[in-house]
Amino acid sequence: MRTLIYVLFIGLMSVISSHLFAASGSIKLEPVKIDLFDKASLQRGATTFVNYCLSCHSASFMRYSRMAKDLGLTEQQVVENLMFASDKIGDTMTIAMRPDDAKKWFGVTPPDLSVISRARGTDWLNTYMRTFYLDADKIMGTNNLVFKDVGMPHVLWKQQGYLENDHGTLTAASKGTDADYNLMVADLINFLAYLGEPSKIQRLALGKWVLLYLFLLFLVVYPMKKAFWKDIH
Amino acid sequence: MFSSFMGWVDARFPATKMWEDHLSKYYAPKNFNFWYYFGSLAMLILVLQIVTGIFLTMHYKPDAALAFASVEYIMRDVNWGWLIRYLHSTGASAFFVVVYLHMFRGIMYGSYKKPRELVWIFGMCIYMALMAEAFMGYLLPWGQTSYWGAQVIINLFGSVPFIGPEIALWIRGDFVVADATLNRFFAFHVIAVPLVLLGLVAAHIIALHEVGSNNPDGVEIKNHKDENGIPLDGIPFHPYYSVKDIVGVVVFLFIFALILFYAPEFGGWFLEKDNFIPADPLKTPEHIVPLWYFTPFYAILRAIPSVAGSAFPGVLAMGAAQVLLFLLPWLDRSPVKSIRYRGPYFRWALVLFIISFLALGYLGTKSSADSTLFINNTVLAQIFTGTYFAFFIFMPFYTKYDKDKAVPERVTSK
Repeated sequence: MRTLIYVLFIGLMSVISSHLFAASGSIKLEPVKIDLFDKASLQRGATTFVNYCLSCHSASFMRYSRMAKDLGLTEQQVVENLMFASDKIGDTMTIAMRPDDAKKWFGVTPPDLSVISRARGTDWLNTYMRTFYLDADKIMGTNNLVFKDVGMPHVLWKQQGYLENDHGTLTAASKGTDADYNLMVADLINFLAYLGEPSKIQRLALGKWVLLYLFLLFLVVYPMKKAFWKDIH
Repeated sequence: MFSSFMGWVDARFPATKMWEDHLSKYYAPKNFNFWYYFGSLAMLILVLQIVTGIFLTMHYKPDAALAFASVEYIMRDVNWGWLIRYLHSTGASAFFVVVYLHMFRGIMYGSYKKPRELVWIFGMCIYMALMAEAFMGYLLPWGQTSYWGAQVIINLFGSVPFIGPEIALWIRGDFVVADATLNRFFAFHVIAVPLVLLGLVAAHIIALHEVGSNNPDGVEIKNHKDENGIPLDGIPFHPYYSVKDIVGVVVFLFIFALILFYAPEFGGWFLEKDNFIPADPLKTPEHIVPLWYFTPFYAILRAIPSVAGSAFPGVLAMGAAQVLLFLLPWLDRSPVKSIRYRGPYFRWALVLFIISFLALGYLGTKSSADSTLFINNTVLAQIFTGTYFAFFIFMPFYTKYDKDKAVPERVTSK
């Protein structure tokens, strides 16, 4: 019986991994480490998010008050440092830009980012934020390696500097202000991962106790079965 | 006190009789093995799905403009909403895992054979209802996969000659999958199909308890009874199998919790990535892959070439793949039930069938233009569709002329 379960699980796992390999496209995605318990990283990511993303993109399923609690901040700190788009701590992260206007200006309405990390995957987002390059043919002057002809300009150009595309290899064309741009993006993506599923913090925290409980329960019910079945055979 | 109370009840309602008939004096063979856990597990998941479903409907909004946001509301703002939602979404896939293993058990040990034909038929009806339930439930989150998956499946009905487009329109209630479709699917998913499911499960169990359970040896324990009319190889379901099934439940829940808490998307198989993008009728996703439990039949559909631009032959083949399962009790001509005493023909046929089913399931998730192991996926799907059907079509012959072994009179201990 144990072997059977083992075989089934290995089988399932191999199916999953083959699925994962199939998911990556032609461009190699830069992996990013997600740690929802790294509050400092999440706080840095949140700062970048509200300063640079949260004017064109909304995150309309996310409440500021929830973010305060999960990121270890007081509501006062959030109101003073991270709330530019609304004035009530219980609000969700909406923006003032109207979708129709946005469509006129960018050709497409910037998507809501609440669950973008779950739709795109964090590695994709990480690569996306790092592979804007100069392209004179585009209205915004930039293009992107993983999102061809994207409507979004290179918002973090000051921090990263501009890159040039030499047959698929990106090289620096100008220097950015941020010494460690990749770390800045990693924090932002970590925050986006949090944004995609805030309850994941509770989920991971609760999971081990449920498993422990079931394990202890097994230690009770298995001997019980043995005891009842002693006289059978 | 208690016995006088039960006496009062029993004079008015057969409570004790039902308890005895179905549990404490229902004699099940004593040699059930690993494969016999999945019936009780399926029932557990049914209850789980109903209970979590009730709580989900308290917060879910069946409205094309609100549905997607209401699911995220459940995930974020409803207390324990994320747990209820993941129990339901993981439960849906777990249901199919358990039901497929349960069905495989039935085929392996010949549990569909006389006198259990109706047990099998009711079970197949449950499986059909379950597929309808899962398909309609998957539209409700109103993401891209929900939307386009429903579009593809409903269009299958549209391929019926002459009246197809009218049928598709009738199912959708609109010219495209839209708010009207979402509303009716919600009604079917939370009321109509669950009612049918419960009725069928009751029928499945009543039929089973009427004829008695099969076992890994495929021998009828009722042929050898003691002086009290109790089968010699039978043990009362309660307490023996109730305590045994509890062990199965705990082990199952451990694996279930492992997935629920640490990989609820299960690598995109239980919750697909595209379904985190709100449904957009104007934007067709690159790959529309049905949920994993439909992919074997989806692969059969795609394997059959279109005739005069109509996919109807493929739809027919897909339907036939299900109908043949219903006919198993009459296709199988062997006097032997269990694989333990079957001859080599059936054993190899079953191996080929399982390989075909798994391969079709895999191919159903892949683009039919691509190749696997240097062979075009469509060609592969056609080969495995052939072996899938061959299992049933040739069954009357290979089971009749098989070199079956002698079946023991009584059950064996291992």
